[in-house]
Formats: sequence, structure tokens, C-alpha cells
Amino acid sequence: MHPAPSVILFTVLSGAGFGLLFLLACGAVRVFGPSALLLWGTGYGLAGAGLLASAFHLGNPQRALLAFTQWRTSWLSREAWASAGALMLLAPVALAAVMGGGLPPVFGLTGAAACLLTLLSTGMIYAQLRTVPRWNHWTTPALFAAWALAGGAILGGLSYLAALLCLVLALLQVVAWRRGDRRFAARGHTLGTATGLGGGGGAVRAFAPPHTGATYVTREMIHVVGRKHRTKLRVVAVLAGAVLPAALVAALPLSLAAQVPAFVAHLAGAFAARWLFFAEAEHVVGLYYGAR
Amino acid sequence: MGFPEPEVETSPPVSDEVRRTTCYMCACRCGINVHLRSGRVSYIEGNRDHPVNRGVLCAKGAAGIMQVTAPSRLRAPLRRVGPRGSGAFEEITWDEALETAVSWLKPLRETSPERFAFFTGRDQSQSFTSFWAQAFGTPNYAAHGGFCSVNMAAAGIYTMGGAFWEFGAPDWERTKLFILFGVAEDHDSNPIKIGIGRLKARGARVIGVNPIRTGYNAVADDWYGITPGTDGLLILSLVHELLKAGKIDPGYLAQWTNAPCLVGEDGLLLRDGEGRLLVIDRVTGAPARFDRAGVRPDLGAAWQGCRTVFQHLAERYLSEEYAPEAVAVRTGISSSRIKGLAAEIAAAFDAPVVLDRAWTDFRGERHETMLGRPVSFHAMRGISAHSNGFQTARALHLLQILLGAVETPGGFRFKPPYPKPFDAHPTPHCDCAPGKPLGGPHLGFPRGPEDLALKADGSPARIDKAFSWENPLSAHGLMHMVIPNAHAGDPYRIDTLMLYMANMAWNSSMNTGTVMEMLTDRDETGGYVIPRIIYSDAYASEMVAYADLVLPDTTYLERHDCISLLDRPISEPDAAADAIRWPVVAPDRPGHAGVRGFQSVLVDLGARLGLPGFVDAEGRAAYRDYADYIARHERRPGVGPLMGWRGEDGRTGRGAPNPGQIDRYAENGGFCVAHVPETAAFFKPWNAGYQDWAVTIGFYDKPLPFLFSIWCEPLQRFRRAAEGHGACQPPEHLRARLKATMDPLPVWYPPLGETAGTDFPVHALTQRPMAMYHSWGSQNAWLRQIHGENPLYLPTRLWQAQGFRDGDWARVTSPAGQIVVPVAHMAALNENTVWTWNAIGKRRGAWALDTAAPEATKGFLLNHLIHELLPAGGDGLRWSNSDPVTGQAAWFDLRVRIERVAPRAAAEPAFPPLTSPVPPAPRHRPAGRERP
Amino acid sequence: MTALPPPPARKLGLVIDLDTCVGCHACVTACKGWNDRGFGAPLSDLNAYGSEPSGTFLNRVHSYEVTPGAGPAEVVNFPRSCLHCDNAPCVTVCPTGASYKRASDGIVLVNEDACIGCGLCAWACPYGARELDGQAGVMKKCTLCVDRIYNERLPEEDRVPACVRTCPTGARHFGDLADPESAVSRLVAEREGYELMPEIGAAPVNRYLPPRPRGAAAAGPLTPLLDVKATGLAGWLDRLLEKF
Ligand SMILES: Nc1nc2c(c(=O)[nH]1)N[C@H]1C(S)=C(S)[C@@H](COP(=O)(O)OP(=O)(O)OC[C@H]3O[C@@H](n4cnc5c(=O)[nH]c(N)nc54)[C@H](O)[C@@H]3O)O[C@H]1N2
Ligand SMILES: Nc1nc2c(c(=O)[nH]1)N[C@H]1C(S)=C(S)[C@@H](COP(=O)(O)OP(=O)(O)OC[C@H]3O[C@@H](n4cnc5c(=O)[nH]c(N)nc54)[C@H](O)[C@@H]3O)O[C@H]1N2
Ligand code: SF4
Ligand code: SF4
Ligand code: SF4
Ligand code: SF4
Ligand code: SF4
Ligand SMILES: [Mo]
Repeated sequence: MHPAPSVILFTVLSGAGFGLLFLLACGAVRVFGPSALLLWGTGYGLAGAGLLASAFHLGNPQRALLAFTQWRTSWLSREAWASAGALMLLAPVALAAVMGGGLPPVFGLTGAAACLLTLLSTGMIYAQLRTVPRWNHWTTPALFAAWALAGGAILGGLSYLAALLCLVLALLQVVAWRRGDRRFAARGHTLGTATGLGGGGGAVRAFAPPHTGATYVTREMIHVVGRKHRTKLRVVAVLAGAVLPAALVAALPLSLAAQVPAFVAHLAGAFAARWLFFAEAEHVVGLYYGAR
Repeated sequence: MGFPEPEVETSPPVSDEVRRTTCYMCACRCGINVHLRSGRVSYIEGNRDHPVNRGVLCAKGAAGIMQVTAPSRLRAPLRRVGPRGSGAFEEITWDEALETAVSWLKPLRETSPERFAFFTGRDQSQSFTSFWAQAFGTPNYAAHGGFCSVNMAAAGIYTMGGAFWEFGAPDWERTKLFILFGVAEDHDSNPIKIGIGRLKARGARVIGVNPIRTGYNAVADDWYGITPGTDGLLILSLVHELLKAGKIDPGYLAQWTNAPCLVGEDGLLLRDGEGRLLVIDRVTGAPARFDRAGVRPDLGAAWQGCRTVFQHLAERYLSEEYAPEAVAVRTGISSSRIKGLAAEIAAAFDAPVVLDRAWTDFRGERHETMLGRPVSFHAMRGISAHSNGFQTARALHLLQILLGAVETPGGFRFKPPYPKPFDAHPTPHCDCAPGKPLGGPHLGFPRGPEDLALKADGSPARIDKAFSWENPLSAHGLMHMVIPNAHAGDPYRIDTLMLYMANMAWNSSMNTGTVMEMLTDRDETGGYVIPRIIYSDAYASEMVAYADLVLPDTTYLERHDCISLLDRPISEPDAAADAIRWPVVAPDRPGHAGVRGFQSVLVDLGARLGLPGFVDAEGRAAYRDYADYIARHERRPGVGPLMGWRGEDGRTGRGAPNPGQIDRYAENGGFCVAHVPETAAFFKPWNAGYQDWAVTIGFYDKPLPFLFSIWCEPLQRFRRAAEGHGACQPPEHLRARLKATMDPLPVWYPPLGETAGTDFPVHALTQRPMAMYHSWGSQNAWLRQIHGENPLYLPTRLWQAQGFRDGDWARVTSPAGQIVVPVAHMAALNENTVWTWNAIGKRRGAWALDTAAPEATKGFLLNHLIHELLPAGGDGLRWSNSDPVTGQAAWFDLRVRIERVAPRAAAEPAFPPLTSPVPPAPRHRPAGRERP
Repeated sequence: MTALPPPPARKLGLVIDLDTCVGCHACVTACKGWNDRGFGAPLSDLNAYGSEPSGTFLNRVHSYEVTPGAGPAEVVNFPRSCLHCDNAPCVTVCPTGASYKRASDGIVLVNEDACIGCGLCAWACPYGARELDGQAGVMKKCTLCVDRIYNERLPEEDRVPACVRTCPTGARHFGDLADPESAVSRLVAEREGYELMPEIGAAPVNRYLPPRPRGAAAAGPLTPLLDVKATGLAGWLDRLLEKF
């Protein structure tokens, strides 16, 4: 799939945002006054920016509100509800925190649930697609949540939780890759099944494309990554995205000097991982064009 | 939540109005329904009533709307201001343009008409343009047939009075075995597709003989990946097998062909006092006129030492040199496969189709049924675009005739006004004199050396050397030699060259780069070697840049055209048909002098030049415009360009001109059909019923029954001359070649281009893409997305030998030059052949395309590798790269060498961009902004 | 409504004959022409005359090379458009309800007024049958010419998809695949029509008819009339001519 920089940027950032909001909301991070303003603000900023951006990414953003209508069937619609819901439910909680007061836990907890639901449904948008075998697996939502929570934990300064989440994340990511690498073949999709011409045991080959130029489908859904490039990025993703931040926050005493480099490293890793998430994902339509 | 199913308008209005005319996205000429919305073309679909396409359209036809709105459309007459070839022009008015043309042409006509040459491309008005050129009095006129497929046409006419496409078609309804030789698309685009579809639906068998397995050959049930240039051998080997097994139709041969005629020792057929062919009557054993009532011609007869044509042919083709084993290596087809093919043909031959239709032949004999052999063939440039193409095409016609599969049920059928034997066609005329019209048509079918177009001193009378000893039967002229000859001043210099609808500075020339130099070359006086070039095009083609005066034509939906029985009609085997085009939309080029139908421009020029036929007794213009000419011109009393709605009673066939004729055609969908009576539908050359019908329609003035020429006497007459007989003698250096190639029976000889030899081991071909028409499809926003570039396809053997990978490029070298192009792999391909799609490559700056258009960077022409002259032969002379009989351009004799090279940014050679005569095209279609 | 309707009584779709398709692209431009002026926004062409032309097409024709175990390689032309799947994944993923499957005839359509152009349905389609229009920003797909097949303003015989009407070889067939008696269903039965990528579970309605086996026919070898070498031409002539 085409790794659109905008999409990568905003899924990562809003992910971290909702991760942070989740931790704030469920009280894992307790802050009041100015520091509350800073953390809640960061959470809202990141989450909101992501949503807005993805709206402008649409062909017809002016109709974006219609995306709320199909929550019964569509994960994208559910994501819309969950995210909007989270931001609304948590507004009073955030306000109270900034005022230096507090609200009964139910407020925070329902908001926290909404945040988690947002993260999972974002993952499900991809995980539901049987057309992209690599994505079509429980590890996809799990990863979206893991990246988000780990990022949130680092931002929230929960050193030990952050370190723990990072390690879980690293593990999950490696599992996802190793399983994902085999899935397309395992599903048995080939040019033979795609065209039905593989029957007689004959070898099928794409001879001539329907149009000599690129099309929406080829641009959007066919992307090839070189092996070397891929392994490099995978290493970066795990080391910078999980191992290094885990080490930093665990080793150094809680301070911006530890948090900032940890989060920067985490982001870098997250971007690498998210780029791979798209670039590595092979859509079955590629078969018709002789990809794979 | 969520929506209920939205209401969908399932009966929206389609358009305000439908106007029915004739497509001209290619020369197939299908009927189209043009839908208009608020006066603009909104949709084009096929006309279900039309005899050619019965409602279907091809990819080009359905994309016509993009042609009529193409940004490349010319907008006004152009006068060259920059150096020739730069593309720098100024727009002028029509009066200026026409006066300029007259000021150039009038003096030529009054002093030396031959210094004006007029050649036309694949327009459909040759009976009109030739009439005009004849009136002007220049001998230098022809259409593009010489570089197209004259081998097929001439071989058909000389052998049986017609070939394929416009001449005839398979009996799609009844044939059981259909074999295609060298066809990718052909002119008959939709009829062939419809036909193949019908065969498939019936489960009839289709076989493709072609080095490349795409398109028709891909759906064929079996494929023979023959080595280019060797079909003659394959066909004659099939003849060998069929003769040996007796799977031929002696009855058919005896009655309808010159097989029973007697070959005199001069190689000509015995005739009686009145010049009528003689046969030996099996009843009396004595000579008898071939057309005498009750005669039973004897195929096996010998008389006074003369044997029948049949014995000569049997002797030749039964010889072991045509045995499958003997031809297998050359053709690249194993002897067992050749025998298999012969057996398949024989099997179909043995399952005759019999119709209960009584008919009477020209001898007055009545036949109760119509018996035919359900084997049919179709062939085109794959066999005709070789320098042995004429004889190969002859061989294919011979095969059909031996099977008794011509004009019989299930076989090949003629389309009226064909069949028309060579001796019913005119002979060439070149008798030019100042201020006088030519004595007759330029083009024709020579019967012998005395009909050649030679000057008193024996030198060629025509600039293209057509009808000269170099290619005596060049029935369509040699358009591909005009520019080279005019540049070389051989046989003489000309002053003004007028071209119409032919992109001679690009895809329709061999050796394109050099042709561009010839067009811009200057002589010692500093003037251009070809002093003046007038060109009519409708679009900003490459050729436009090489003209001094451009006469902008309309698009095909904006003008009148006439698809005439005098010319190249759209008949079907069961019906004669002709058609028109009419302006379904008015030409709009706001703010510019506008465009005019070129034929109307010729009518106007004809009047301004005072050409006979174009002015009345008082010297006033005889016709208002082309439409007026179509309705009022008469070739013979009662016979005009169109057969429909003639006379007051609006009858079909002969009749007085009818001013309302064109409107009647438009009302009827743009065409007129005259059905052949059922009992006249087969055996046309010999069927009295058909002959009489043909006279009433006006094809000919009296019945013209004739025998098929298995033995071709005109060829023999030239061969005799080459052997030293007769007054009209060839130049010494051509004698040997004439003896070898002008054989009265089909022969095979290696294509002359193969002298390239072992340095160039690979055959290189082009194919017509079904969704593109030569150069003129690339300006079409839809079609260019389908074919925006063209890789050179390499067979597995070459691909692996040099370790090619996807995205690779190669240098392709021929004796004439080299090109560097992208390559791709193809397995379904003859292992010694490479190929690409024809005419996708474009010159930068042409066609209102971006200069970085893929057509100009990744698209390419093979033409740069094809020289119009062959490398010097044993005699040290460079013969034209044409068939020695007809002058047909031998595009497919090309031999090359392939080397893998590093990828390039752009294909080579690259030429400097042309200045476009039209403004840059809008970015998007429809004009508007792009969304994320 | 992006929930799939209960299985429709009629399942309109196309049956494409790969034995007959010559790959002429007529169906491609006929489709483009009809739908550029019909249902919803035009099918725009970006950089129409530029270096990278890229337009919206609802039907595209591939060509594949099949190399059987024995015999030479074959080329198969392969038109590809929306297959109007029973189990259309493109419908259920749509967040706005723009993408839907008609309960009456199973045609899968996009309601362009409700489409936000998120592109998710195109991702969900296994067959690459959906294209986001570069200008309108809405999702485009084969409508099965819903504005032709029921169009009372068209003559009866023309109430078929534009691509079917134009196909010169008659390789495209339109009809109701839910009705076992329909011409298309019978064709599918006779010719063993199949569905594309069955393992992905989209349950397409359109069917493809496989190319018939290629190769030599079982015609026995020809037997010579007699041994020409031995008898000479004369003997051969007598034998040949005695028959008639
Ligand atoms: N390598 C290679 N070269 C070949 C061939 C091949 O097989 N291989 N084939 C050869 C053959 S058979 C042919 S016929 C030629 C064809 O080649 P050309 O005869 O050059 O045919 P086109 O390029 O289609 O069109 C010629 C010109 O007609 C113009 N034109 C289009 N419509 C109109 C109109 O309505 N009015 C006017 N006045 N002009 C119009 C076009 O803009 C174009 O400039 O190519 C030959 N060249
Ligand atoms: N769509 C479309 N239709 C067209 C045209 C177009 O440009 N586009 N051009 C029109 C014109 S001007 C013409 S002349 C006709 C030409 O119609 P075709 O004769 O079909 O022209 P080509 O595409 O040159 O096809 C030549 C075929 O012969 C094969 N071939 C080459 N050499 C040999 C050989 O030695 N033996 C055999 N058996 N096969 C061989 C090639 O592989 C190719 O398939 O098409 C007309 N129709
Ligand atoms: S074959 Fe195509 S382009 Fe040619 S006339 Fe017919 S519809 Fe037009
Ligand atoms: S129109 Fe018919 S033959 Fe041509 S590509 Fe489409 S399906 Fe194939
Ligand atoms: S083919 Fe694609 S677009 Fe069409 S219904 Fe099936 S999934 Fe949806
Ligand atoms: S692109 Fe339009 S139709 Fe497709 S899922 Fe998004 S909103 Fe629905
Ligand atoms: S049915 Fe209509 S919309 Fe669908 S491919 Fe055919 S022409 Fe295009
Ligand atoms: Mo041609």
C-alpha cells in the first residue's frame, strides 16, 4: 500500500495523543494546575490535530459528518464516534484537573474507555481488510494500541509503565512482522486464483497492463519495498521506537532530559514502523498487475 | 440510523438529438449514432442498422468524442514563417491560402504539369482526388496503397478479381475452418471481430498463422508461429499435400478457372481468332471456347504439345521442393505440424456445404444446388508487407481456388462491386501535356510491358517510378518513394508536392530521420530541393511542420464525405452498400479563419484553376462544394458517386442526379444498401443472375463473366520481355530479377531484405494496436492512456540469452541505423522475432501533447531502422525496399540485432521538439481542479 | 445503508468469455464514454495531454500469458470491472452509507452525494474495481449501467450495459445470474464459468468463461492418392480425374 506521509504522521501523533489521554483519564497520570494544562493540552493537541488532518485528507471533507452514520457496520464510522466521544467526555475531566479540582472517577474511566476504543477501531479499520493479508490479523489493533499507549506513557512520565509497554510493544511488533511475512502466501492468493487461469497447471504471467500509465489503483495499492531497506527500517523501528526509550526512562531519573530524548526516539521508531506498516502491506489487487 | 437506499434515476434522458453518420476513427467506416446535448457531441455509439458494424463499435470509434474535441485540431490555414521543419507558422485567411496555392499550381499546369505531384493518405475519396489530379494533368498522383497493402490487392485482382477487406470476406455464417495469415487487425476491424465472435459462438475452428500470438491469434484455437517472410513456402507446401491426397476440387477448377486452358510454348494461353480462351472439351476431345454452352473443359488434356495450366501447376507443386520436410526449417514449422494443418483443411473440404438454391451460369447451364467447401482464409499485411508478398498472396488465393472455396458457400465471398478481374480495370495513364487533362486514370492494372508508365526514352514517367520495370504492377503507386525520388531528382525534379492525410514526416515513411532531412534539404541556390509543399491535415501532426502551406481540414464529424462504389465502398457479400459523412456538428474554431473539408477545398481550387469537370462551359465553378459534387457529378450517364436515391423516383442503382440525395442518405443513417438476390449470392463471377443484377446497379455496362487466373498471363508477358522477347525491353540489370519474380504461377523466393544476412539475425515487426490508429490516436485523451508507450517485445530465447530483466532497455541495430528503446518479455512469440506496436512513438511538440509525453520519451518508431533502399546488391545497385512486382513497401523484411544497454531517460533517436501550431492543451479533462 | 441487504432475488451481472475476448478495449472506451456523461460526476482525466495521463476508468482490459505444461504460450485478454459481489466488502466498510448494494437486483453503487472520498472501499475491494475520481473526489465504479438497463427512453434492445452493447466479438453477456434459466446462467453452466479469487470470500456475481483448450485438432493424416513418384504425374492425373 502507498505509504502516504500525511497519514503516517497523523496516525502516529494522534495515536500518541489518545494514548496520553487514556492514561490521564484513567488516573494513571495525576496532574493538576499548569502541569495538567501542559499534559492534557498535549493530549488534546495531538489527538485533535490527527482527526482534523485525516478529515482534510478526504476527497470531500465538507461531508465529513456523514462518517458518523454507519457505526453499525463501519470501523471508520466507529472510530469517528469513539474519538469524538472521547474528546467530549474528557473535556470536563481535563477542565477540572486544570482548575486543580477533580471529578468522580466514572467520568475519567468512561473517557478512558472511549480513548481505548478509538485506538482499537483505528487498528480495526486496517485489520478488517481481507484484501491486505498482512493487516488482516488481531496484531494490527493490538499494535496500534501498544504504540499509542507506550508513547502516551513516555509523555506522561510513567517511567516503569512506559518501559514495560515498550518491551511489550517490541515483542508484539516482532511477532506481527514474522507472522505477517507469511500470511499472503498462506492465504493462497495468486495470479492464478485472481484470474482463474492457473487451473490447468499452467504458469500465469502478467503480459500487458490495461493502461500504460499509472492509475489510482496502482498508485494507491501497489508499493514495493526492497529487502535491505526493509530490514534496516525494522531494526530502527524496534531499537529507536521501543528498546532505546525503555532503556532511557528506566535508567535515568524522571526528568525532561530523559523524557524528551526518549519520546523523540520513540517517535522516530514509530514513524519507521508506520511507514513499513503501509509500504510492506501487499494488496491482493497487485496480483492483477503482476506484483508478487 | 443510516440511509435508506437512495433513489436512482433509471430513465434519465440520454441526449437532445441523435444524428447518424459514418465513423472515421479508422478506415473501416462503421455507422455511428452521434448523440448531441445542447449542440455538442455527448456520446457516440454504433448504429445497429449499419451493414458494417451492426451496432458495435471498436475502442477508437467509441472514443471519437475525444478526437472531435482534441486540442490538436488545426484552426486556420497556415503559412510557414520559420525554416521548414521548425513548425513556425502564421495563420492566414482562406482566400490568401487558396490564392497562394493557385499562384503555385497554375503556372505548373500551363508549362509542366508533371512538376506537380499529389499524393493522398488513407482518405476515402480516391475516385474524387484522382479525378481532380487527372483534370490537372499531372501523371504524379496516387494514394497510400503502395506502402500499405497493394500486394494483397493486386494479387487478388490479378488472380480472381479481388482480395480481402473491401473486396470480400469469409462466409462467417457457414465456414467451419477459418485461417488467418498475418492479420493483427486489418481495415475490416469490426466485421472481423463480429465474425470471429460468431465462429466462436458456433464452435467453428479458428487458426492463426502469425509470428506473434496476440489479438485474433490469441483467441485462435491453434497457432502457427511462422518465421516472417516464409508463408509462401508454407502455403505451397499445403498445396503440395492437398494435391498429393487429391483434396482439391477438379470440377470447380475445370469450370471456373483457367486451369484447363492450354499453355502455348510462349507461356501464354491458347485463344481463338477473337482472342477467346480455348479449352479441350472432354466430350469432343477438340478445342472449344471456354464459354461455349455445354463445354466440359478437360484438366488433363494435351493438344499439339500444349499442356493445361493444371498440369503445369500439378507438376510444380507436387515436386519434393514443396514437401513439408523440405520447408520445415525455413518456415520454423515442423513437417508434422504442416501435415496436420493440411489434414485439418482436407477434413473441412470433405464436409461440403450444400444450399438448395438453383442458379444458372454464364454458359447457360442450370445448377440445382450451390455446393461449397467450408474453409475460409483471411490475410493481410503479414504476408503482403514483404518483398515476396505479391507471389505469397497469389499462393494463398491459389490455395483457396484449388479447394473450390472462393464464391461458394462456407468459403470466401466477394463484396459487390467485386469480383472485377484485372482486365475490367483501366490501364495506367501518364500521357501528360501542358494545360491538358490526363488521357485516363493514373492507376490501373498493366496487361503487359506496353502498359508501363514510361517516357519515350524508357525512363519512368512518374516521380514514384510506379509502373516502371522496377515494379511493373505497382497498381497503387509507391508513395513511400515520392520524397526520396523528388529529393534525388530521379527520375526528375518536381516543384510542388501536395500531400493529404499522410504523416510522411513521421510514421508513414521509412527511414524517417533521413526523410525529414530530405524535406528540409536545400540546393546550391539556397532554395529547398523540394521547392514547395502543400499539406492538408486536420491536426497538429509531425508532417504539418514540414509544409509551406497548410490547408486545415475538418474532423470527421464536421464534413461531407462519400464512401463510393466508384472507390472503396462498404459492401457486404450479400449487399452492395455505400455511405456518406455529413456535418453532424458545425466546425467551430472561434477567433480563427476556421477549417474546411479538403475535398471542398479541391472543388474550389479546381474551379480557380479552371480544371475540366470543375468549371462549366462559361468557366464558372461547376460545384458549390463537395456535397454538391457528390450529388451532381456523373462518371457515366446515370452513375455517380452514390447509388442510392437517384432520379426523381429515388431508385437505387442507375439514375439521374438527385439534389435531395444527401438528405435521403442522412435520414437513412448515412448509408444505402442494395441486396444481392438470393440466387445471385454465390458464384458471382459466373452466375448469370449476379451479372445481370450488377449491370442494373451500374457496376458494369454489360455482363463480365471471367475465369480465375491461376496462370497469370500479365506476369508471363513481363517474364517473356525479360527473356528478350518483344519490342518493350527492360534494362539489363533487371532481367534476372524479372525472370525470377514475374512467374505466371505462384512462387516463393526469400524476401529481398534478407540480404541483411547473419549480422542481423532477428526479424523485427510492428502490429496495429486495436485501440490506436497510426499516429492519429495519440491526441485522443482516452486512447493514449491505453497505449501511451510501446516496449519492444522480445521472445524468451533472446530475453534469457542476454539476461534481460523488466524495465531494461536495448539497442536495436539494422543495416539502416539504430534505436535505443525499452523492452519487455513475451513467450507467445516466434523465437527469432521481436515486435512492437506501430506508430505509438511521437515527435516532441506534435499533437498538442506535453513535450515530456510518454509517447515521445518511451514511445518509439521502428521506421528509423527501415531504409527505403536495400543495401547494395551484387550488381552494386540499391533497389527500393519494395516488392519487385508491385512496389509494395517491404516493412516486414526488417532484420535487426539486439544488445542490452543501460536504461535511458528517453528513447533514441530523439529529435528537437517542434513548435506547435496550436496552443498547449488544457491540463485536465474536464477543465477543472484536482482533488487530494 | 452499508449493511448488506438480504440476498437479492435477482443478481444482475456480467459473464465474460475469455475464449472470445480479443482484447480490443472497445468495452473500455464505450464504458468511459457512457459514464463520463451519465451517472454522477464525469470520469475525469488528469494530465490528459501531459506526461502522466491518469484518468478514471470503470473497466480495464489486462492481458496475461499462460504457459501450459505442454504446447506454446497462450495469451488471454482479461477485462476487469466491478463484479457486484454478494458479499461486497466495499459496502460494509463505508462510513457514510454512500456505498451500497441494491436489494432489488444486487447492483453495487456509490451514492456520490454522500461519498466523502475516504478511499476505504477501494482498499476493501479485492478486484481493483473502484477508483477515486481525481477531480470529483468521489468514488467511481461500474454501475452495471443502471441508467441504461432500465431506461425507458432507450429502445428495448439497447437496455443493456454500454460495454455489452459495443463488444464486437460478443464476449460480454449481461443478465440475471440468480435465475438458473437465464441465458447467462446457462452459459455459465455449459462453459463452466467461474468466479475470481473465490478464496477471499467476496462471492462475486460476475462470472468468467475459461478459454477453450488450444492446440491441434485430431485430424488423421492425409493419405496420398497413390505414390506419385512411382506413377508419375500421368498416373496421378488419371486417378484424380477419374473421380469426376
Ligand atoms: N513501421 C511501420 N510503419 C508503417 C506501417 C507498419 O506496419 N510499420 N504501416 C504503414 C501503413 S500500411 C500505412 S497505411 C501508414 C499509415 O500512416 P499514415 O498514412 O501517416 O496514417 P496516419 O498517421 O494515421 O495519418 C496520417 C495523417 O492524417 C491526418 N488526419 C487524420 N484525420 C484527418 C482528416 O480528417 N483530414 C485530414 N486532412 N487529415 C487527417 C493525421 O493527423 C495524420 O497526420 O503507415 C505505414 N507505416
Ligand atoms: N486499430 C487499428 N486498425 C487499423 C490500423 C491501425 O493503425 N489501427 N491501420 C489500418 C491500416 S492502414 C492497415 S494497412 C491495416 C493493416 O492490418 P494488418 O494487416 O492486420 O496490419 P498489421 O498490424 O501490420 O499486421 C500485420 C500482422 O502480420 C504479422 N506478420 C508480420 N510478418 C508476417 C509474416 O511473415 N507472416 C505472417 N503469417 N504474419 C506476419 C504481424 O505479426 C501482424 O500480426 O490495418 C488497418 N486497421
Ligand atoms: S472500426 Fe472502429 S474506428 Fe474504425 S470505423 Fe469502425 S468504429 Fe470507427
Ligand atoms: S470489447 Fe469485448 S472483445 Fe473487446 S476487450 Fe472488451 S470484452 Fe474483449
Ligand atoms: S468487485 Fe469490488 S467494488 Fe465490486 S462489489 Fe465486489 S468488492 Fe465491491
Ligand atoms: S470513498 Fe466514499 S464510498 Fe468509499 S468508503 Fe469512503 S465514503 Fe464510502
Ligand atoms: S456495465 Fe456499464 S459501467 Fe459497468 S463496465 Fe460495463 S459499461 Fe462500464
Ligand atoms: Mo495501411
